[in-house]
Amino acid sequence: MTMTLSDLLPLMPLLLVTGTAVLAMIVVGIQRHYTLTVVVTITGLLIATIVAAMMMSFTNQQVTPLLVIDQYSLFFTVITCASAMFIAILSYPYLQNLQDQREEYYLLLGVATIGAVVMVSSNHFVSTILGLETLSMSLYGMVAYPVHVKDSAKFPLEASVKYLVLSAAASGFMLFGMALVYAQTGTLAFSSVVELVNGETAGLGAGFSIVALLMIIAGMAFKLSLAPFHMWTPDVYEGSPIPATTYLATIGKAGMFVVLLRFIEASDALEFEGVVLVLSLLAAASILAGNLLALLQENIKRILAYSSIAHMGYVLIAIIASFYVEGSISIEAVTFYLLAYMIMSLGAFGVASVISSSESERDHIDDYTGLFWRSPWLALVFTGMLLSLAGIPLTVGFIGKFYLFFAGVEAALWVLLAALIIGSGIGLYYYLRIVYRMVLKADDATTLTSDGAASLSAYGVLAVLFVLLLILGVYPAPVMNLIEVISATI
Amino acid sequence: MILVILIALLFAGGVLAWMSERVNPNLPRSIALATVLLDLLIMLTLLGSGDSGQWIASLEASWIPRFGISFYLAVDGLSLLLILLTAFLGIIAIGSAWDEITERAGFFYFNLLWTLAGVVGVFTALDLFLFFFFWEVMLIPMYFIIAIWGHENKNYAAMKFFIFTQVTGMLMLVSILVLAYFHYVQAGVFSFNYHDLLNVSFTSRVEMWVMLGFFIAFATKLPSVPIHSWLPDAHSQAPTAGSVILAGILLKTGAYGLIRFAVPLFPAASMEFAPIAMTLAAISILYCAKVAFAQHDIKRLIAYTSVSHMGFVTLGVYAWNEQALQGAVMTMLAHGLSAAALFMLAGGLQHRIHTRSMPDMGGFWAKVPRMAIVALFFSVAALGMPGLGNFIGEFLALLGAFQANIWLTVVSAFGLIFASVYSLWVIQKVFQGEYNSSKFDDSHLSDLSRREMLYFGAMMIGLVWMGMYPQSFLDLSAGTLSGLLSATADAAVAVAEVAQ
Repeated sequence: MTMTLSDLLPLMPLLLVTGTAVLAMIVVGIQRHYTLTVVVTITGLLIATIVAAMMMSFTNQQVTPLLVIDQYSLFFTVITCASAMFIAILSYPYLQNLQDQREEYYLLLGVATIGAVVMVSSNHFVSTILGLETLSMSLYGMVAYPVHVKDSAKFPLEASVKYLVLSAAASGFMLFGMALVYAQTGTLAFSSVVELVNGETAGLGAGFSIVALLMIIAGMAFKLSLAPFHMWTPDVYEGSPIPATTYLATIGKAGMFVVLLRFIEASDALEFEGVVLVLSLLAAASILAGNLLALLQENIKRILAYSSIAHMGYVLIAIIASFYVEGSISIEAVTFYLLAYMIMSLGAFGVASVISSSESERDHIDDYTGLFWRSPWLALVFTGMLLSLAGIPLTVGFIGKFYLFFAGVEAALWVLLAALIIGSGIGLYYYLRIVYRMVLKADDATTLTSDGAASLSAYGVLAVLFVLLLILGVYPAPVMNLIEVISATI
Repeated sequence: MILVILIALLFAGGVLAWMSERVNPNLPRSIALATVLLDLLIMLTLLGSGDSGQWIASLEASWIPRFGISFYLAVDGLSLLLILLTAFLGIIAIGSAWDEITERAGFFYFNLLWTLAGVVGVFTALDLFLFFFFWEVMLIPMYFIIAIWGHENKNYAAMKFFIFTQVTGMLMLVSILVLAYFHYVQAGVFSFNYHDLLNVSFTSRVEMWVMLGFFIAFATKLPSVPIHSWLPDAHSQAPTAGSVILAGILLKTGAYGLIRFAVPLFPAASMEFAPIAMTLAAISILYCAKVAFAQHDIKRLIAYTSVSHMGFVTLGVYAWNEQALQGAVMTMLAHGLSAAALFMLAGGLQHRIHTRSMPDMGGFWAKVPRMAIVALFFSVAALGMPGLGNFIGEFLALLGAFQANIWLTVVSAFGLIFASVYSLWVIQKVFQGEYNSSKFDDSHLSDLSRREMLYFGAMMIGLVWMGMYPQSFLDLSAGTLSGLLSATADAAVAVAEVAQ
């Protein structure tokens, strides 16, 4: 198979991200200059975002068997690159005072983004694994980045090793499942496993397919930290530097979810009752476990970790619904909710990142006492993000939850909807707990904001996210139309 | 357009009040007062224009076309009465906060105005998505009012309030979505429009479940036994202005929801459910009157009496005839004023002597005679003295309910007797008896100021007006109510036939 120029054109965003990482590496090689490296990374990601956004209207093709560049993957390429850019901006003040080489962090961030872009464009097991491992490998590095720093209060090495070992085991499961699917279908591209069972080419039988599917789902569930595969999440979130946590919680999750969505849709896995049952159990368990365990936490990162477990459970409901519902409404629900989740998580972690730095992580809930009176704007943004996570109107989280409810009602998934309602009810408690801390009177009058110039851009990011949160919460129609169009192609 | 202005004005006024704090800490309250006054004036222009049964003003614009959601606001006689009450009590609430709220006043008035905006939205929205949107929007600022300016146990109370209303709200959201989905199946298009959804037909079992989603949400807000337990906590911890808004207006959104949505959308299921709802109402009336009598905390006492009085509203709504509905609406208005006034008195007392415990009080008549007279007036109003608004409301509600269910009405009527007992008991405990200054700090115990008298006077006039010439209020809501009754008449007949 030969690549032509017309094949390369759709790959532009991917190539641009790759180019960014390479360029950043060359720049570091010539001269170590922290700000310059950051600027190169941010600019490259910005260009990739813009290019991907411009290509959305006319690109729709399979590039080599490995990658599909359609509107859906470009939509998520835009989200991924934009989020990576935001995280890079947030990392800049955070890492500024790190007593170590700081530049390589941005190489890792760039390479991770390559992996994420590959994942959202993948409809083939090989590209899935390639993208996933590229992403994960870089994340191990990002998680452990401040490991040589003496004062680092947290335990990045522990987090990184934990993530590495468990993640490798999960990848192993996934690969085994893929091999089993290959034994059935004879292809590594995402394709239906059902017809082979019902038709003449019986392969190795339906049971075999179910085992294969469940192994893949187990591997993916680990990456998405769905209960009961969620044990690593709070520890890794807590131990990592906040920007790396943000990356893990947003891009790492969304990329994997797009793969899961494409895989479930292409493989007709939901034709098997057993698979539906397992996915439903995963969803219900994640919602309940995530929300219940979050109640006990005193650490913002751990609270957000458990809440992300719950949120992944919410989205899974829409995936299950896609089997019962005609039309693409449940895929739209997944897409919109992932977009909403990215915005809220970036915002919530962003606030934590702005008031922290690599020497002092402010991630205990008490650190936020009185924030409303010390840094009102920061507290306002954080409150908005938390209320959005809780699904309160005027925010994008409400529209997202509305979508999920709609998909669930159409599919008549009453048990899962009950779990969603109970979970959201419990969730209110720990989100409001943080909000309540922020409106309490501050014990000391010290402001938490770090030095102005460096974090100015980080404030800009938070402002952009907050505006997005409100606009999409009040007037979501344009984005909904876009999502309706792109979801039809899946 | 005028309806958008009503709501937008409150939202904008809230932001402006918040921002103005930087200029002058006394500016927010003036801005808030001016905003609500202006709102009230605009509402008054709607009076007298058009027939009360028709939509006096309406506005519809596409909002989220993917789901057929529109930005649809409309006002008829019933809505108009309630938004007038909202603006009136809004002004009273600002008055009660005038001196009490000194810390972070800007943010306080921001929350107050946003709550009012959400309530006005609830009373005017005719798209069910939009209705739900406002239903939730009014919660967050109310949460902040309790959580920031509340008393000793504010975190618990605010959290309980929020979780109760939000979780039951989600049940309603599911019901709304099922309704919209059935409409989609039957008509082929998505719509959340009230008039479209009135035409959806169900099997009776589904209708009952969907109706229950609405009922639980509204009964929580109302509140009705057994989901009333958030109210005493919220009231006792909220600042005075918060209590005024909560008792005067927020509870009425639940009753309004029952009248406008729960019964008309599901007439058959509601008629079938009516005996249960009326039983719950009777239990609320009697049980909460009894519990009120056992309270030491004066604010908790008034909170329980609120639940008891709102029982008459539920009773009237589920009797579903003209007199009973008129009675329910009248009770909503009259209770809005009397409960708000009583909470202001309790708040005023707490502000002066820093306790809400009634056993510590006593003999205040000599010290604060004006306050005592005012308290006596509103207590007597609350117990249903003829000539005042509450009497008209509860009498009509019982009269209508008598036609629907004799035994429950007879039992509920005992609530009036209990009301006299606890009302007069409060007066006795607080204002008569031995004055004992050792139990509290009476250095700030002063009589009602002129400004306070102004607010109480306005509310007294309102109650006397309602009691002496109720027709002016009944006329406004009559058109709406008879329209709703005739629209559901078929279902009522069908259910009655099955029952016989």
